[in-house]
Amino acid sequence: MSSGKREDILGRIREALRVPAPRLHAGHGAAPAPIVPVQPRAWLPAVPPDAEGQLALFQKNCAQLKTDLQIVSGIEAATKTIVKLCKAHQWAMAAAHHHPLLDQIVPALGLETQYTEERPDSKSLEKCSVGITACDALIGQTGSIMLTARSAGGRALSVLPPHHLVIAQADQLVPDLPAAFELLSARYAKSYPSFITFITGPSRTGDIERILVLGAHGPKKLTVILIQ
Amino acid sequence: MLSSLAAKFKNSSTKFTADLEHRAKIRTALGSYEKARNGTQAQYQDWQAARTAASTIKWEAINHLDAYLTEFVEKLTERGTKVFWASNGQEARDYVVTLAKEKGARSIIKSKSMTSEEIHLNEALQQAGYEVVESDLGEYIVQLREEAPYHLVFPAMHLTRHEISVLFQEKLHTPPTDSPEELTMIVRRALRLKYLEADIGISGANFGIAETGMISITENEGNARLTTALPKVHVALMGIEKVIPKLADLSLFLPMLATAGTGQQITCYNSLIGGPRQPHETDGPEEFHLILLDNQRTQLLADAEQRDALHCIRCGACLNVCPIYRNVGGHTYATTYQGPIGSVITPHLRGLMDWKHLSYASSLCGACTETCPVKIDLHHHLLHNRRNAVAKQPDPAERFAFRAFAFLTRFPGLLNRLARLSRPLMPLANRARSILPPPVKGWVSSRDLPPIAEKSFRDYWRTR
Repeated sequence: MSSGKREDILGRIREALRVPAPRLHAGHGAAPAPIVPVQPRAWLPAVPPDAEGQLALFQKNCAQLKTDLQIVSGIEAATKTIVKLCKAHQWAMAAAHHHPLLDQIVPALGLETQYTEERPDSKSLEKCSVGITACDALIGQTGSIMLTARSAGGRALSVLPPHHLVIAQADQLVPDLPAAFELLSARYAKSYPSFITFITGPSRTGDIERILVLGAHGPKKLTVILIQ
Repeated sequence: MLSSLAAKFKNSSTKFTADLEHRAKIRTALGSYEKARNGTQAQYQDWQAARTAASTIKWEAINHLDAYLTEFVEKLTERGTKVFWASNGQEARDYVVTLAKEKGARSIIKSKSMTSEEIHLNEALQQAGYEVVESDLGEYIVQLREEAPYHLVFPAMHLTRHEISVLFQEKLHTPPTDSPEELTMIVRRALRLKYLEADIGISGANFGIAETGMISITENEGNARLTTALPKVHVALMGIEKVIPKLADLSLFLPMLATAGTGQQITCYNSLIGGPRQPHETDGPEEFHLILLDNQRTQLLADAEQRDALHCIRCGACLNVCPIYRNVGGHTYATTYQGPIGSVITPHLRGLMDWKHLSYASSLCGACTETCPVKIDLHHHLLHNRRNAVAKQPDPAERFAFRAFAFLTRFPGLLNRLARLSRPLMPLANRARSILPPPVKGWVSSRDLPPIAEKSFRDYWRTR
């Protein structure tokens, strides 16, 4: 449903656009420049062509962003690593969602777990020590994690608990942002989830004297378990 | 005659320019920005080509705005978003206040939105009896101080940790601390409760994607994610100029906005919202309202020469590099949008004659134009504003001066004689500062006239 002054505003826009704008980058009196095709890949920071190099770049970005990246060899190793984290951080309760990969790991952690499919209220979700989610992709170029309301248990699970733990598989790593957007439309174009986000490191702020502080409002810690 | 706004601008700039402590704070803050931005920008394979492409995409969107907005709204409404078209701030404010009433809301949480500052949304909601809490750390701080954001992107850049600690002691009764981390945690704890209790979450939008009907929100703290995830109703406020054609365009805009804005390669959270909670999703708002705001943007659109000012993605880079902004500070502008972009668009949004003085607050060095990630011709637009203001209402004194000059140049002999007569008077000007008439007084009050050469060039040429 759309309401308000739709026709008025569209009318004013059409009236305004009757006078064409000068062609871009024409400069003062210079000949108009042609419209360039958009090829972000040729302009954005370079990404190695091979999977190995892309993983190394993802690792480097994670280190800079203070994302804790743990590369493990399989489901069993992943479970063991998370159990270790659980002890180190003294997690009392976890929140997660159902997902083929997560369902092989989360029940084995021996941790009381709330599942978002059971629609817990935000107050009890907030009390969980960790939110465990899957994701759609990892992005080498930026060290980002792409996830959606559909792939990662809704909107709150990955932002409300103080620690966000992502479980991903090595083949989910894509080289760069253009590849991530390609994947997004290939997977969802028929019906997009209502929420998609690119997460790049734990929550942060520089609002006080431009000094970096982690854990402003979102998770203070971000861990990625990458299963090879 | 100076309008009272111009006089205030002048007084405030005089005060801030002489405040060395203030200047040192801004220099430190923007120095660290510059270093980060230079590093990140250097990683691009071709930053200039990226700028050209970004401005081309924006040109395409703005010059076909009716088509892209129609597509955008169609896609959004298909999935249950309620779109409201607001001609001005009043209509937008009324819509939100009425909605709050309908929903029986008590508290409202807000994430950063300059557009909401533009229409003074908080004031309207507070007057109607609602509690509105800003959740961005910087915005929260300036809200506690009851002042406007100092900068588009860094609202509390003018405050030291000590000043913030004193503020928190006074307003939140927290113990004193000079640790930015502890100060941040105080706000984190205070706001957690607010997110959970809020009935309505209000956000802005950095981009609107026509192709898929989504808004894109860029942030670092996670406050916008919480604001748009937890409350039952989400209201987003977006200027009509924020629409871009394709989803994939974001692969360029998201990193460029971060690089130009804060020097990051990409900010911590970049979220796309395309509607309220969908049938198979486990959480999210039950209602999503999007307010599309005109508020004089179509006026600016009608000015073909300056239309590209609507390409702005509000990264704040032009403020950061502007020698005027760095000296007079953000509050001197007394506008929602400060710095060069504010000086260009405020006369269009709020009246040329009241705000023309901003176009003179520029050294025309062009640093803004050079840094702008979407290549807005900022410093030429400042000149366009000056020209338009003079055409609308010429200044009699200025006109007299130029006519006199034009007359004298036609009679070089007379000019020469007058110049020779005035030569002995020139050194006196420095001593007679206080009694000289404006505008000479304004010029010499902060400068020494250079010593006059013994011989004029004309005399030298003759005797060479």
